[in-house]
Amino acid sequence: MPAIVTENLVKRFGDLTAVDGLTIEVRPGELFAFLGPNGAGKTTTIHMLCTLLRPTAGSARVAGHDCVKEAWAVRRAIGLVFQESTLDKDLTAYENLWFACCLQNLTSRVATERIAEILRLFELTDRKDHMTKHLSGGLRRRLDIARGVLHRPRILFLDEPTVGLDPQARRQIWQFLDTLRRQEETTLFVTTHYLEEAETCDRVGIIDHGRLIALDTPEELKQVFKGDVVQIRSDRLNELARAIREEFQLSPQVTDRGLLLEVTDGEAFLPMLIRSFGDQIAGINIQRPSLNEVFLHLTGREFKP
Amino acid sequence: MIPLRPIQSIVVREFKRFFRQRGRLLSALARPLLWLFILGTGITRIVETPAGVSYLQFLFPGVLGMVVLFSSIHSALSTVYDREFGVMRLILVAPISRLTIVSAKVASGSLLSLFQAAILLCLAPLIGLPLGLGQILLLTVYVLLTAVAITGVGMLLASRIDSLENFAGVMNFVVFPMFFLSGGLYPVKLLPATLQWVIYVNPLAYGIDLFKHALLPVEAMTLGPDFPLASNLGVLVAFSAVTIAAATSLFDKEARLVRLAAR
Ligand SMILES: Nc1ncnc2c1ncn2[C@@H]1O[C@H](COP(=O)(O)OP(=O)(O)OP(=O)(O)O)[C@@H](O)[C@H]1O
Ligand SMILES: [Mg+2]
Repeated sequence: MPAIVTENLVKRFGDLTAVDGLTIEVRPGELFAFLGPNGAGKTTTIHMLCTLLRPTAGSARVAGHDCVKEAWAVRRAIGLVFQESTLDKDLTAYENLWFACCLQNLTSRVATERIAEILRLFELTDRKDHMTKHLSGGLRRRLDIARGVLHRPRILFLDEPTVGLDPQARRQIWQFLDTLRRQEETTLFVTTHYLEEAETCDRVGIIDHGRLIALDTPEELKQVFKGDVVQIRSDRLNELARAIREEFQLSPQVTDRGLLLEVTDGEAFLPMLIRSFGDQIAGINIQRPSLNEVFLHLTGREFKP
Repeated sequence: MIPLRPIQSIVVREFKRFFRQRGRLLSALARPLLWLFILGTGITRIVETPAGVSYLQFLFPGVLGMVVLFSSIHSALSTVYDREFGVMRLILVAPISRLTIVSAKVASGSLLSLFQAAILLCLAPLIGLPLGLGQILLLTVYVLLTAVAITGVGMLLASRIDSLENFAGVMNFVVFPMFFLSGGLYPVKLLPATLQWVIYVNPLAYGIDLFKHALLPVEAMTLGPDFPLASNLGVLVAFSAVTIAAATSLFDKEARLVRLAAR
């Protein structure tokens, strides 16, 4: 049984279609990344899956239960870490965790054990009696996530868990999630703005303007590119693009990051490029394609969070 | 099965917040004293009351009603605060029913009201209103009943308000009129007939009337209770049931507001 299935899921707010016919399937134990720019419909999708919003059309099942008709059963199976913190700032870290345990109707004994364990895992034990409003943003985010997993949900939704954190804190959160996945076999549904985070997930769904435009493993997604991506900096991008198009029969794209070119063998291409246009080029960089190039390829736009 | 743990945890959280918000705590404690000892003592000097009851004594059940009113409405409207700052979303995605959430909020409002009412009641003997054990038990029931009805009204309001900015509006257009047209400051029977109509739909009026039944001596006459005891009880129970049912059914629509809250 899949952990999450949606079929033609639609959510409209007035004339605005926030989610437009989404059909996905997430397998149990999978780490699924939901990637998309601002306003793509990620949060709206999560809220429908977590029974907070009612779909306009289509259906969704989470842990085998219908998200509308069996909302109750769905809520018992899931954990949700919201995009914005939902901690009570007037309570201590410990009190926030305790409150969440009570809402899940855990007994005192189980709650005490779980909280101790989670505080240790998230390295928050020495902060447990601090007022939440006095914790730093990173610690607060960690506490938010810790609270989401306290009751050992089978399926955990995380809406941009690492947004606004420094690279070290982000890495740490991904380590926690990884531990969680190995220890509890939790299914993780994560939305993110960070492409490099999506690269490490089992599968990636890319959503844009409410529509799913790709769904596959990061490797498969990048297979559409046969070769390397060459990034060129120059003062005269448009002229250079035209010249390259004529000379090599390639189709360069002009972006904020300079000219992007897709070539079969980057290393062999470079000498030719420099021989022909060396005087117009300010800098060159060769990369294996990333999800950014996938996004650019699918939408014709750069991925901008 | 009643989900006691979630309800209890929501109540405990409200109490913690109440004691940690110094400003709210202080104003809750000071407000009845101001009304009773400054307004009450002043007016006692200029009005003549029938034998047996001073204006100060007459005012006491009214101020008790005011304490219950402010505390119940405040608790109910903290739902709006919770929605705006996200805690309500955590509660909504937990496996508890809307009725449980509304009940927990009503329980918080009632117990916080009872707590503040108890403090005020300690002052009753000081103004010549002695309290026996029987009266204390009766008043406990009456305060809880009034608080449940008013928190119910507050929850109904809270389901219609989507930001804290409307808080002042509620204070001016709901809370103060409810208090001024309650029989707390002047006996209902002395008011013009048009105003009496408003009093009949005000749950606080029945609550304060109950307090008069329990607190004022029988010889209070015009200053005594305006309605029969049984009708006070009946109206408050009916008010509670209707407002809680309505608030629960409207609460479901709160999910719509989840995103509004996120902005
Ligand atoms: N309650 C609502 N009422 C009206 N419009 C809404 C509501 N909720 C979301 N929208 C709109 O739906 C679209 C999708 O929003 P959503 O929050 O799902 O995007 P997102 O992918 O989570 O974006 P972000 O990365 O910024 O969090 C946006 O255009 C948003 O303005
Ligand atoms: Mg979002």
